[in-house]
Amino acid sequence: MSEHRKQILSVENLSVEFDIFAKGAMPWTKPDKLKAVDGVSFELSEAETLGVVGESGCGKSTLARAIIRLLPAATGKIVWMGEQDVLTANARSLHKIRSNMQMIYQDPLASLNPRMTIGQIIAEPLTTHYPETTKAEVKAKVNEMIEKVGLLSNQVNRYPHEFSGGQCQRIGIARALILKPKLIICDEPVSALDVSVQAQVINLLMELQKEMGMSLIFIAHDLSVVRHISTRIMVLYLGNVVEVSVANNLYVNPGHPYTQALISAVPIPDPAVEKNKKVILLEGDLPSPMNPPSGCVFRTRCPKAQQLCAIQKPALLEYTSDHFVACHFAG
Amino acid sequence: MYIDNKKVQDLADRLSSSAEIQGRSLWQDARHRFLKNKAAMISLITLTIIVIFSITGSAISPWNFEEIDWDAMSDVPTLGVPSIQSGHYFGTDALGRDLYSRVIQGTQISLMVGLIGSFIAVIVGTLYGATAGYLGGRIDGVMMRTVDILMAIPFMFVLILLMVMFGRSIYMIFIGIGLLSWLDMSRIIRGQTLSLKNKEFIEAAVATGVKPLTIITRHIVPNVLGIVVVYATLLIPGMIMTESFISFLGLGVQEPQTSWGALINEGAKTIQHGTLWQLLFPLSFFIVTLLSFFFIGDGLRDALDPKDR
Repeated sequence: MSEHRKQILSVENLSVEFDIFAKGAMPWTKPDKLKAVDGVSFELSEAETLGVVGESGCGKSTLARAIIRLLPAATGKIVWMGEQDVLTANARSLHKIRSNMQMIYQDPLASLNPRMTIGQIIAEPLTTHYPETTKAEVKAKVNEMIEKVGLLSNQVNRYPHEFSGGQCQRIGIARALILKPKLIICDEPVSALDVSVQAQVINLLMELQKEMGMSLIFIAHDLSVVRHISTRIMVLYLGNVVEVSVANNLYVNPGHPYTQALISAVPIPDPAVEKNKKVILLEGDLPSPMNPPSGCVFRTRCPKAQQLCAIQKPALLEYTSDHFVACHFAG
Repeated sequence: MYIDNKKVQDLADRLSSSAEIQGRSLWQDARHRFLKNKAAMISLITLTIIVIFSITGSAISPWNFEEIDWDAMSDVPTLGVPSIQSGHYFGTDALGRDLYSRVIQGTQISLMVGLIGSFIAVIVGTLYGATAGYLGGRIDGVMMRTVDILMAIPFMFVLILLMVMFGRSIYMIFIGIGLLSWLDMSRIIRGQTLSLKNKEFIEAAVATGVKPLTIITRHIVPNVLGIVVVYATLLIPGMIMTESFISFLGLGVQEPQTSWGALINEGAKTIQHGTLWQLLFPLSFFIVTLLSFFFIGDGLRDALDPKDR
C-alpha cells in the first residue's frame, strides 16, 4: 500500500444479511438472519489487485455482489474514489459509478445472453452508458476490444454457443473492459476453466491491467492462482476477515491458524518435498453462518483455541508491516 | 496422397480474410431442426391447405351457407348425398343447406376462436407473467394469487352463465375464452422468468446499469419466446375444442352461422337417418386440424429445446 497511489475503493464495516424463512412458517413470523458477510473492511488503491480467498460459503461472492450493489448491504460504507458512498448513491450516481465498476463472472457461458451476438454483448455497456455513440464508433471499439482479448474481430456476428469456455471468458473480459473501468471485480473467473486455459486468462488479465491500469478484486479459492496475480490478499472465514497481507508475506509467514492450515494444504509440484510436508488438518465442519460461534468465529476448529477466544472477538491487528491478523494468539 | 490445392488455397484465403463470419443463431438452428421434422412439416402443409380452403373455398360453390335447397330438403338421404352434379360437394344438412359452404363457414369461425384466444394468451400472459416473475416479492405474490383464484372458478360454468345472461353470440365466446386463456400462460412465463432472473447474464446486465424495462425486453423475453411459441401452438387446439364443446351443447354460435362443434352436433343427431356424411365431413376437418396443431407444437418444442427430448 504505497501512499502516493490514489485510493479507488474503501470498504468500512460492511455486513450483508439474508432473511431465512423457516419452512412452513407464517408470513408474519420474523425470519432468521444469515450473516454472509460480517463487518468486512478493506481499502483498494489504483492499479492494485486484491485477492480474496476462503472456502466455499465464506461470503466471497456475496462480498463482490454487495460492492457493486447487486445485493443490499445491512450495514457499512463503501466509499468510491474517496468521495461517494455506493450504498446510499441515488439511481443516477449509481449508474455513473457502475460505468467504472465492472464484473467478470464464474460461469463464462451463463454470463452471456445466448440470443445475442458477441458483438452486441460486448457493446451493451457502451450503448447503455453512451447511447449517443454512432454505430461505426461502437463497431470500431468492439473490434478493438475483441482483438485486445485475443479473439479475431471477424467473429463479432457469432453467438456464445459457438465458442469454448476460455473464449467465452475472454468475451466476458472484453465486455467488462470496453468502458475502460477503474475497477473490475472478478468472481472466480477461472474456476470453471481448464488449467491451461486458466493460465491464459490470468495472464491476459495481468497484461490488460498493466496496459490499462485498472484495479482488480480477484476472488478465487485456488491459492496459487491468487498468489500469482495479487498484490495483496485477504482471507475470509465465515464472512469475517481473518488475515490481510501483502501477497508474498502471507505465504511465507502466515499469522492466522486458518491461513496456516490453508497454505499447508497447497500441493507442491515436487514429490520429494510434498511427501515430507506437514499438512495441518482442521477438525470439524464450517459452522452454520446462521448461528456463528461466539467470540472468534474460527475457535470451534482452531488448534490454538483457549478460553479467551470464546469471550472476545479478536480485532484485526498489525502482525508485521502491511500484514494484519485477527487472532489472539497469532504466529 | 492427393491434395486439392485449390481447396487448400480457399481455406487459407478464408482464414486470413478479415470478412466477418456470420454466426448461426439459436433461432436458425431451431428452424433447421424444425424443417427436418417430417411429421411437423406435413402438418404445417396440411394446415396451410385448410386455411387456404377456408378463405377461398367458397368461390367454387354454387350455394351459399344459409341458402336452403328445397328439392334436396324433401328427401335428404337420397337427394342430399355428396355429388358434383348437384353442387353439394359435401352433401346437404338436414335442412337442405349446402354442407360444403357450411364447413367452410365453420372452419373460419373455429380457427378464429383458436387464433384470437391464443393471441390474447400470448400478449397478456407473457407480459403479466414476466412482470410478476421479474419484480418478485410481494407484487409477485399478489399477482399470482389472483391467477390462482381465477383458475379456481369453473370456466365452463362461467361461460355458460355468460351465454345465458347476455345471449348466444360468437363475441361472448371470444370474451369468455380471452378472459381465461392467459392464466396458464402467465404461470409458465413467470416460472421461466424466475429461473432466468438469477442467470449470470441478467446479473451482468443489472451490474452494467441496464434499465429494468430493457432487461425484460432485451434479455428475458427473447429467451422465453421459444416456450411462448410452443405453448401458443398447443393452446389453439384447446381453444377450438372448448368452442366446439360449447357449440355441441347447443350454446355458442348463433344460427345460421356455424362452427365445427355445431356441425358435428347436427351430424350426430341425424346419424340414424343414413346421412353419415353430415357427421364425417366436419369431424374429419376437426380431427385433421387438431392433429396438425399438435404435431406442429411438438415439432416446435423439439426444435426450440433440443435438450428436453
